[in-house]
Amino acid sequence: MAKVKIKKKKISIDMTAMCDVAFLLLSFFIMTSTAKLPEPYPVDTPASTVQTKLPDSYLATITVGEGRIFFGVTGKRVRKRMLEQMSEKYKLEFTPEEADAFSLIDFFGVDINAMKKLIALPNAERNAKGLQPGVPYDSVNNQLHDWILCARLATKEINNEDLDIAIKGDKNLDYPMIKAVIDILQEQRKNNFFLVTNLRGEDF
Amino acid sequence: MAELNTDSGKEKKGKSKKLGSGVDLTAMVDLAFLLITFFMLTTTLSKPQSMNLAMPDKSDKSARNETKVSDRRTLTLLLGTDNKLVWYMGQTAKPLDGPTVTGYGKNGLRQVLLDKNSQVLARTQDPERGLIVIIKPSNKSLYHNLVDALDEMAITKVKTYAIVEITPEDLELLDKEGLNGEQEQSKGVN
Repeated sequence: MAKVKIKKKKISIDMTAMCDVAFLLLSFFIMTSTAKLPEPYPVDTPASTVQTKLPDSYLATITVGEGRIFFGVTGKRVRKRMLEQMSEKYKLEFTPEEADAFSLIDFFGVDINAMKKLIALPNAERNAKGLQPGVPYDSVNNQLHDWILCARLATKEINNEDLDIAIKGDKNLDYPMIKAVIDILQEQRKNNFFLVTNLRGEDF
Repeated sequence: MAELNTDSGKEKKGKSKKLGSGVDLTAMVDLAFLLITFFMLTTTLSKPQSMNLAMPDKSDKSARNETKVSDRRTLTLLLGTDNKLVWYMGQTAKPLDGPTVTGYGKNGLRQVLLDKNSQVLARTQDPERGLIVIIKPSNKSLYHNLVDALDEMAITKVKTYAIVEITPEDLELLDKEGLNGEQEQSKGVN
């Protein structure tokens, strides 16, 4: 057989520009991102066409799910002060370490008596599904009312700002549940608040 | 340019000069895109949207119910089950128009609001004195019904609206229309 010289053909694409674009996008995403907060209770919010954005700071979010209410405030110092006031009210002692750990929890949904247990849990286990039963909010044991009040007082004290309150409810919730939360807010003369919604398509 | 020159170089000495030396960037691009994907998935690019809601102050009991408004300007919406609502103009006992059952959205509530608002504006001749909408959600209605209704207020630019507790008379009206029963199909829709 005759020797056939196979021509070595090299197909190569210039990757430089692609690399540039990729890193440009990468830096954009790194700079604009804020890490997604882990939620102990994800809810499906209703859609609306209104496009007001939620404020970034001085915001308390009340997450309302099927029979369960979760509460969260922005700002570590506010959280710490809020816990101090709550511990005075409920005659519970929290160590400084526990208060520090609490100030890192974004959302919680437990009875104040079970708070120590929640703080003691490692970060990863806190948001396990079904672990947190929700903040009590009935008229006999209205802890949600006290949390909101303490959060508002703490924000006023530390930042001298009014705390904004957002209600994040599941869209298939029965209305009385939302009504209960609104009533708690109105009891404190907090008549203005936000309802967290999704973006709705144009053709609604 | 962007490839390693793997040829031995002996056979085509002349050619290899043209190729020049370059680094294979494929792996680097792979890595970059992997990181992009990671950051895209873990970030919330936009802040959640929200709707501002102001409720009437409850604490001043004496000052309540004092403002008198014309029956012809008030539209009451009773939010019932099955993603339906009942609307009427004026008072519950002797409505000026309605009560009529309708749905939410483009062909339901929005049409009613736009019609009534233009009628009221034509009568008052004052852009500040438009339609007044009273939203009364029943205990059987869902949260997204309320948000849908509030959304329609924003879309149709009705400036005056309030969420009010439902009265027994209104509940009777809903019962008559069969919109106060058990939830059947409305969950999960929309």
